Amino acid sequence: MKNEILKRVFLALMLILLYLPILILAVYSFTDATNIGAIRGFSLHNYVTLFTTPELTGMIAGTLALAFGSAAIATFLGTIGAIGSFYSKKRVSGAIGLLNQVPVVNADVVTGFSICILLVVVLGVSKDTFIPLVVGHVTLCAPFVYLSVMPKLRQLDPSSYEAALDLGATPFRALTQVVIPQLVPGIISGAALAVTLSLDDYFIATYTKPATFDTISTYVVNATKGSQTTIKTALWALSTVIFAIVVLIVVLMNVRSARAEKGVIHGEDK
Amino acid sequence: MKTMENENIIELKHVTKVFADDGYKAVSDFNLEVKRGEFVTFLGPSGCGKTTTLRMIAGFDIPSSGEILLNGSPITDLPPYKRPINTVFQRYALFPHMNIHDNIAYGLRQKKTPKDVIDRKVRHVLDLVDLAGFENRRVSTLSGGQQQRIAIARALVNEPEILLLDEPLGALDLKMRQEMQIELKDMHDKLGITFIYVTHDQEEALTMSDKIVVMSEGKVQQIGTPEDIYNEPKNAFVADFIGESNIFNGIMTGKMKARFGGGEFTCVDDVAEGTHITAVVRPEDITLTDPEHGMVRGEVTSVIFKGIHYEITVQSGKNEYVVQSIKNAKVGSTVGMVIEPDGIHIMLAEDHTNIFFADFNEKFRLAYNGKEIPTSVTRIIPGSRRLEDGTLVDAAGETVNPERIRVKIAIRPEDIEMSDDADAGLVEGNIANLIYTGDHYSYVIHTDLEQDFVVNDEYLWNMGDRVSLIMPVDKMTFTYSRK
Amino acid sequence: MKFSRKSLGIPYLVFLVLFVVLPLIVLFWYAFTDGTGHFTVTNFTGFFTDPNALGTLLYSFAIAAVTTAVCLLLAYPTAYFLATSRLKSKSVIVMIFVMPMWINFSLRITALKEVLTVIEGNLAMHPFLNSVIGMTYDFLPFMILPIYTTISRLDGALTEAAMDLGADPRTTFLTVTLPLSVPGIISGVSMVFLPAMTNYVVLDMLYNSTYIMGSLIGSYFAAYNWNGGSMIALILLAIICLFTLLTGDDGEEDAQRGGALL
Repeated sequence: MKNEILKRVFLALMLILLYLPILILAVYSFTDATNIGAIRGFSLHNYVTLFTTPELTGMIAGTLALAFGSAAIATFLGTIGAIGSFYSKKRVSGAIGLLNQVPVVNADVVTGFSICILLVVVLGVSKDTFIPLVVGHVTLCAPFVYLSVMPKLRQLDPSSYEAALDLGATPFRALTQVVIPQLVPGIISGAALAVTLSLDDYFIATYTKPATFDTISTYVVNATKGSQTTIKTALWALSTVIFAIVVLIVVLMNVRSARAEKGVIHGEDK
Repeated sequence: MKTMENENIIELKHVTKVFADDGYKAVSDFNLEVKRGEFVTFLGPSGCGKTTTLRMIAGFDIPSSGEILLNGSPITDLPPYKRPINTVFQRYALFPHMNIHDNIAYGLRQKKTPKDVIDRKVRHVLDLVDLAGFENRRVSTLSGGQQQRIAIARALVNEPEILLLDEPLGALDLKMRQEMQIELKDMHDKLGITFIYVTHDQEEALTMSDKIVVMSEGKVQQIGTPEDIYNEPKNAFVADFIGESNIFNGIMTGKMKARFGGGEFTCVDDVAEGTHITAVVRPEDITLTDPEHGMVRGEVTSVIFKGIHYEITVQSGKNEYVVQSIKNAKVGSTVGMVIEPDGIHIMLAEDHTNIFFADFNEKFRLAYNGKEIPTSVTRIIPGSRRLEDGTLVDAAGETVNPERIRVKIAIRPEDIEMSDDADAGLVEGNIANLIYTGDHYSYVIHTDLEQDFVVNDEYLWNMGDRVSLIMPVDKMTFTYSRK
Repeated sequence: MKFSRKSLGIPYLVFLVLFVVLPLIVLFWYAFTDGTGHFTVTNFTGFFTDPNALGTLLYSFAIAAVTTAVCLLLAYPTAYFLATSRLKSKSVIVMIFVMPMWINFSLRITALKEVLTVIEGNLAMHPFLNSVIGMTYDFLPFMILPIYTTISRLDGALTEAAMDLGADPRTTFLTVTLPLSVPGIISGVSMVFLPAMTNYVVLDMLYNSTYIMGSLIGSYFAAYNWNGGSMIALILLAIICLFTLLTGDDGEEDAQRGGALL
């Protein structure tokens, strides 16, 4: 029992360490202080700045568009890649699996730099076309989708596909109507992973983005070097908004899974 | 010299275990004395508390109340690493990151045994389990049977005073299991160590043990030698669990006369007339005859060839008899059955709870006597749920086919109401017996389905009165088994 | 043409060849050529003879090693206590530990920077310390998650077996739990060590002007020196390959990098 209390105290301390900076920033984002430690009154002006400055709103919208766009492409490619690889001969699937591993273990700096060299330096593609940026982010994300879908394919009952063929489905229909629906959990978690990876990326964007375009990461890194305090404190508000959204998503996920568990039992007696 | 004074190596006194997190009472008031060198088996269905009891002896769980004595001194709160007791785990629990030698040497190393002694002892115990020369093998290269032997060797090398075995053969196939049963028994006889063995397999328990502890729902049902438990089961649970048996509720109708199962039989137990009883008849104690010579008659509903004998099911009214016979019978034919007096075991009904069986009809509704009982499948099978495609699964996620489920319904005598109105209740019958018990009358109603129900009522009815039995669904408790 | 499941692999294989294999080939080409396209090894020899470059390599290793060690020291007890505690809704608490991964790292480092500034005053005074704190703060969840997963999957019967054979709780931990959690530790180390060698933005943001390997690529990139940058990228790639081979990490667990949601 004493052990149990010590364990919980330690875990609580770790959580405080992990969250303290974010929480302090969240508190100060509601004041007009420009530095942490200063005591100032309540104010929403950081949030007003965040949502009314075209530079900031444009940057946020651009980051989101990039994240969801490249995640969509990555999810499609990674999913069909996993299915194709799973049903291919060992040599082919081994090759795909190995190549898939490269961007996963590679440093993002190297991935971003090498894609920049190939597309921009060698092939002369302009960064302003957004092609290098999107290619870079898809290369970053697709392998993780592949890795999320693969375990679901392994869990699949191999005879369900054959049963569909046996019942007269064409291979394409058997795939879309029988196999893919069973992969949905893996595809969803892969897609979610792809969105977070793209949102969090700094290095690939730095080496492949158009000069006039910024993601949250590249914008924040540059802003901290500058001395514009209105932008700096508006970013505190952004951090708080993102934190709130993440908390909301986690709460919703837990409520949903808790309700799903109860629902199956209660739904029966009707 | 303490050990000489007390020949009980281990004693459990009023041991109760309630789990703190969910308040579940796994073991209640468990009492047991084990003599040095005995082979004791805890036998019961899963969830009966046998493994929890074993874990309390090993020291993994601490009793909520009660006392455990080893050689007469209390060890109730002693941590497992301070007890001279070793365990063979259900799924072996061999350390995957150590080779066989290091696995077996683990316990000796904790006692700081010199290296040469360790090597000698490891070699010796590997010999004992027929795996000489396996020292440097890795755990993952061993078959299930070999891992089992290593697990036994790892425990035995410490020369424990007691060896605990938690369903050690459960993961092996049938042939392997039978071989290991014999080997374990040999080892026990050779080493003279006290074995406490946990299993749900009654055959295993009967073959190996000196003493069997039958458990159910955390309580000891009976303690005795295999012969005692098979021949003289103390209650319906033990009779049902050990070997195949036919179990009927009934009533004593005269001196050494009992009525149950749709007939009246002579028995050897002298129980007062009018007593509610449970009668147990082993399938091998029923002889099939032609209909006119039988004490009861019935129709053969199934015949299964079992190698040495046939297992024949006979339906007599609402009562089902399982008979073992070396002669075949034809399904659909009418037969008579004879039961000799010494084939009938009469037990006093522990309580007068009425037990009867019902099945699911084609609409998945529970039905008895052609009438539906307003309840649902999920209420009867706790934790079950229906998947989106309509199949029913139990709490463990196994598919359940309601057509193959037999539901046992229990209802207490005071919860049944009697009515003149023939259609008011679930079943109709005539009052066959009545006793005044001081504040109410206790009636026995012999139903049209040849079953006896015990009903308590404040008001006086007459012998032979025709009544309908009203049984409220919220007073019923359901248990189920697979057919 | 008849549809076949196998053919679904082709577009992805083509994509991987185009954007994974080809860039690496180009990287090789640039690393061993000069600005005019002629073969040269000076990029290679230049790096290994330049004391500044070698110092950068060393500094990267030092930052990565210290960060990894600090992460391990904090993450192992966290993961172990999390896995062995009797907390009711454990999955929710694990999620709370992982949640920071989903907040943009640059914003998290900004928050940390503000707090450190209050504590230390001038951040430039402790560049190494601040960089280690920053990276630990950034990467800690990546270390906690794989170790937690490994420990919580351990068969509880194994520790019981050790105790049953006479090992006290401390010995049980040292001889059973710790050795068996090594796969999780390796997985966590590889997820922290490599990024710590290259994530120069954390240093930048915390006013550490010393270069690590990643910063070198950044500076060559800024100077349009593709050949020099390629050589650094190649050297990093070699280190990564070596590390991956040494740890025998097959990368399956790497799906946790983004904070495996489900």
